[in-house]
Amino acid sequence: MASSTPGSVPPSLSREPIVSSLQGAKRPMPRIPSSPGPYARAWRRLQHDRTGMAMLVFVVAVALVVILVPAVITIDPYKQDLRASLLPPGSQGHLLGTDHFGRDLVLRMIDGGRASLSLGLIAVTIAVTVGGLVGLVAGYRGGAADRVLMRLIDVELAFPGILLALVIVTILGSGSEKLTVAVGIGGIPRFARIVRGTVLATKHELYIEAARAVGVPGIRIAFVHVLPQVLGPVLTIATFGMATAILAIAALSFLGLGAQPPAAEWGLMLSDARKYLRIAWWLAVVPGLAISIVVLAVNLLGDAVRDALDPRLSSGAD
Amino acid sequence: MAKFVGARLLESIPVLVLSSLLVFSVLHLIPGDPVDAMLGVASFGVGDPELLKKQEEAIRLELGLNDPLPIQYLNWVGRALRGDLGQSYIRHAPVSALIAERLPSTIELAFTALVLSVVFGIGLGILAAIQRNSPLDRIVMLVSLGGVSTPSFFFAMLLILLLSVGLGLLPATGSGGLDRLIMPALVLGYNATGLIARLTRASLLEVLGREYITTARAKGLPFRLIIGRHAMRNALIPIVTIVGLQLGQLVAGSVIVETVFARQGIGQLAIDAILSKDYPVVQGVILLTASSYVVANLLVDISYGFINPRIRTS
Repeated sequence: MASSTPGSVPPSLSREPIVSSLQGAKRPMPRIPSSPGPYARAWRRLQHDRTGMAMLVFVVAVALVVILVPAVITIDPYKQDLRASLLPPGSQGHLLGTDHFGRDLVLRMIDGGRASLSLGLIAVTIAVTVGGLVGLVAGYRGGAADRVLMRLIDVELAFPGILLALVIVTILGSGSEKLTVAVGIGGIPRFARIVRGTVLATKHELYIEAARAVGVPGIRIAFVHVLPQVLGPVLTIATFGMATAILAIAALSFLGLGAQPPAAEWGLMLSDARKYLRIAWWLAVVPGLAISIVVLAVNLLGDAVRDALDPRLSSGAD
Repeated sequence: MAKFVGARLLESIPVLVLSSLLVFSVLHLIPGDPVDAMLGVASFGVGDPELLKKQEEAIRLELGLNDPLPIQYLNWVGRALRGDLGQSYIRHAPVSALIAERLPSTIELAFTALVLSVVFGIGLGILAAIQRNSPLDRIVMLVSLGGVSTPSFFFAMLLILLLSVGLGLLPATGSGGLDRLIMPALVLGYNATGLIARLTRASLLEVLGREYITTARAKGLPFRLIIGRHAMRNALIPIVTIVGLQLGQLVAGSVIVETVFARQGIGQLAIDAILSKDYPVVQGVILLTASSYVVANLLVDISYGFINPRIRTS
């Protein structure tokens, strides 16, 4: 919580020059050290948050594994070996066991993890970009633009949970890419609302009026002066949004609307596992735990990001 | 109060109109022609192009597809308001009949899940707030975090593994009967329970810090009375919001839960319809769900006015 611990004061900040200038000696005025910006301070707070850093390291590590392993060694998550089907975890050569086609579960988990993480990231990117623009325009322009855009957002919100994604998948058709677009569109309202709210709050700040008074064009004010204020809340929601997106993509794949067999996708793997639940529990437990752990880590990271960016909201203190 | 209710009612009209427009356009935004979609299923194997053309024209006339789109929309809304949601392409039955047949099962499921999550969520939240930072508090917070992070279909499969495969206590799939309702309701309510517990705890802790609670304590009122009569009344406001919103989430979540447990509800009806491109059924289910969600939110908004008189005037 303490934003300036005694140890963090750099040595160049010594008070001596000020004192001596008060004593009347004509010395050059001390250079005013630029204070770290709000985002630098937030990053420093995040570094002191042990859970947050652990989750950040974990998520980055998972991302590196699912990206680097297929790049370094050639893996074939589709290689079938019917003689070695439904082997339990710990079997020779198959650390997590094999599925009904004898495909190695470790390799399929890595392949599926890459799909989950990258599709989740794409979905959040869509939501942030579109939602951010909508919120920025609605909040900054106000008036009719605001009313029209926010009514559209209200309509989106009339479709709870994955229902909106279902509508969009119905229109676009199924498949991983379309599903990702659907989940991305579903995430737009949260970003639009938070950005609009923040923009409305900063719009009347003195420095914005000053910029307007000296004739800075509206577009430039919106992007250069207002947008940075919005980044903090957006980053928090984007982290939580990533968790939601991974869950939604897995759920829709589970329902058969996303990746199609033989693709390795965590949600689809769980769907396949239903048929073998009585004889091969690991087919459900391994991908299920993977989704839960990754989503839990991202959620905890979101908590940490929120606390770091806005210590007043900190939930850990109560 | 009447003015407040009237304003809220007026506000929800554009949302209802626009959402019905979106649902209406599902049939017109899908690639290809609705008639092709119908005939593609109905006339599988019929080869005569002349006959096909005549058939197409007949369907067009019958469905009014030659009318301008705004007229089509108004007709569609008019029929929907009278309970006519069109015909299923595949099941050869009116959509409203299909929905009516499956709706009780979903309502039963969603209602049970809601009751479970409200009872357990508020109960656990109060316990966690009273015994703040105790082991119980930590467990409640952990469970609620797990509820947000575990996919419902995985939780469902774990329950089946434990209670059906392992212990043989409950049937794994199917609908009807209390024993087939327990697991689906638990799964559906799990996520909401965690959310409600977290919110109740935070909200109650906030209220317990206020001065009128200190006054009540200083007067020597019994703790039970302070929580029940003084603190909870104010702490309830944010909880009512979340419960209202959860109702919609529960109906949407039933799509997944009904699929895992093979329950014959409208969620499964919707998924089957999407997979088999039975668009009128998709439209019907989504229209029903979305509009009931809007109405539920409206009721929540209005109920604020009763719980907290300050909102009425703002």
